[in-house]
Amino acid sequence: MEDIIGHLASGFGEALQPVNLMMLVIGVMVGLFVGALPGLGSVNGVAILLPLTFLVPPNAAIIFLAAIYYGAMYGGAISSVTLGIPGASTAVATVFDGRPLATQGKADVALVTAATASFIGGTISVVLFTLFAPPLADFALRFGPPEEFALMLLAFATFVGLGSDDIPKTVFSILIGLVLATIGLDIISGRPRLIFFDIPGFMHGINFLVLAIGIYGIGEMLWTLEQTGGNVMVHKVKTSLAGIWKSMAAFKNYMGITSLSGLLGYFVGMLPAAGATPASLMAYGLAKTFSKDGDSFGKGNPAGVAAPESANNAASTGSMLPMITLGIPGSPTTAILLGGMIIWGLRPGPLLFTEHPDFVWGLIGSLYIANIFSLIINLAFIPIFVRVLTMPFTILAPIIFTLCIVGGYAPTQTLHDLWLMLLFGVVGYLLRKLDYPVAPAVLAIVLGPIAEPAMRQSLLLSQGDPTIFFTRPISGIIMIIAIVLILLPLVKLARGRAKPGEIETV
Amino acid sequence: MTVRTAEILMAILMALLSIAFMMKSAELNIGWVKDRGPGAGAWPFWLATGMLICCLATIVRWFLRATPESRSTAIFIPSSALTMVVSTVAALAFLLLLTPWISIYLALMLFLVFYLKVMGGHGWGMTLAITIAMPVVVFCLFEWALTISLPKGVSFIEELLFYPLYDLIY
Repeated sequence: MEDIIGHLASGFGEALQPVNLMMLVIGVMVGLFVGALPGLGSVNGVAILLPLTFLVPPNAAIIFLAAIYYGAMYGGAISSVTLGIPGASTAVATVFDGRPLATQGKADVALVTAATASFIGGTISVVLFTLFAPPLADFALRFGPPEEFALMLLAFATFVGLGSDDIPKTVFSILIGLVLATIGLDIISGRPRLIFFDIPGFMHGINFLVLAIGIYGIGEMLWTLEQTGGNVMVHKVKTSLAGIWKSMAAFKNYMGITSLSGLLGYFVGMLPAAGATPASLMAYGLAKTFSKDGDSFGKGNPAGVAAPESANNAASTGSMLPMITLGIPGSPTTAILLGGMIIWGLRPGPLLFTEHPDFVWGLIGSLYIANIFSLIINLAFIPIFVRVLTMPFTILAPIIFTLCIVGGYAPTQTLHDLWLMLLFGVVGYLLRKLDYPVAPAVLAIVLGPIAEPAMRQSLLLSQGDPTIFFTRPISGIIMIIAIVLILLPLVKLARGRAKPGEIETV
Repeated sequence: MTVRTAEILMAILMALLSIAFMMKSAELNIGWVKDRGPGAGAWPFWLATGMLICCLATIVRWFLRATPESRSTAIFIPSSALTMVVSTVAALAFLLLLTPWISIYLALMLFLVFYLKVMGGHGWGMTLAITIAMPVVVFCLFEWALTISLPKGVSFIEELLFYPLYDLIY
């Protein structure tokens, strides 16, 4: 415990370095903005802006990106309330009660409640993160290649077992991500693989950013262009200091449910397939169930804003726990952060705590500070954000496309990758329209280059005997959980057949 | 095109892609190499086989009308949205096509003018402000701060446009 406090203190020191603090504040602002814009969420912001972080050292870069992640969770509420459209999928549940409050002229109450709840959820989760991360990393130090591979399988299994998407399409998405990751030189045999039409551009492989920016930059913009056509209606917000204080004072009534939602969000956030969106929906359901007047939900109950906002912030921290300690991202955004860390030459996983303590603790310290800044900046700049949201999409879209193009060029500096990025963007958009989930593919292209050597080394260890994954105790337990998760949909299907009267409501 | 038609076309296309991946992987060793573990092609080959199985499952479910997409007779992309999406993709493709010739900066400027003026219908003031500001920001950020050289086009364009700028920053 004292150990943790000492590390945390040095982490605060690191995060308060001028460069890092500046990156943190800029990151929070960018995050609030990205989160507030309909159609763009943390994952889009992080994917598009990652190439720009090559400007600063890794410590400052991760703080910047984590601040975007955080800020976006706060920002999502702004458009949910003022526009009635969630700024990001993570803020869907905030619309249910935030929008009615806005139409009643109480948009300021909704926004202040959202910001305060985000702060509480965020703080609870960061404290939990600080307590959980070091022992988990310690434990993970014992992992060898079989355990690593089993963990990756578990990460993918959560998409099959807990995801709500079509199973064959989900598995397809995972597998295509893994196959795309194998293109280029094979690390073990040194032989070129899957070089289609002998195009030399494939030799250096497909950088995960090409897929991530393609899907979350270009594909997402095409999706938003189609969905909104660029026209949105904004609700007026009147804010005053007195009003903010009043709303914050009223907040104590929702303290219980906000804290509970924070806890829930943190644990749901750790699962790769779940994350902030389901966490916030679950928290909303929880708040409604436990409320004395459940009927007022959906008609403008501030508790219906507080619960999901607390949960989605907590989930974003939760998803960083497996990323930092085990090297398994808990969300698409952390998958991109993980890819970024590999580019910076840092291998995420348990060794990070012993080899780069300044990096890890600087990040943890920055999360505490980012929370405070997000709260302050959010409350202070609400009127400005609302004005920016009225900007026509036809101005924003070309600016974002420009960032995608130059950002996609930066990592490998070939035009070949830009063409691929455009192709991924278009195909990703079409696949998404047909209900193929795209997040598993992004996770897979990041994890692929780690999963394959882990599997091949395990098989070498055992002379080709695949039972090695089951005979080692830790790996065996993880494998069994993964297999149960994969089989879960089959069980549901079988039970659904047996009782045709019941229709699943997930 | 209806969603139902799009669903089967996409599934067939992705199945063909899976087969292409399998054939490409099979050019390498997909079996066991003594003392070196599984061959280089084994991992992608079996993953691609999995992809193919998933596509076949989607195709079977299409015939059974099991997925919501396979039952939907709605238009896949409504024509109003289609115009927007197709012209955006075409504009991006042109941008990439022109980049090796006239440099990414000039190509970006053409793209921005097209998007802001023609697609967005914004005034010339707004159009020119963004068209000039974006390349300048990109140049400062990439060439100057990050020292990443973006494509400058054929040598004639590079000498004419960028040599004076190099003198400024280096």
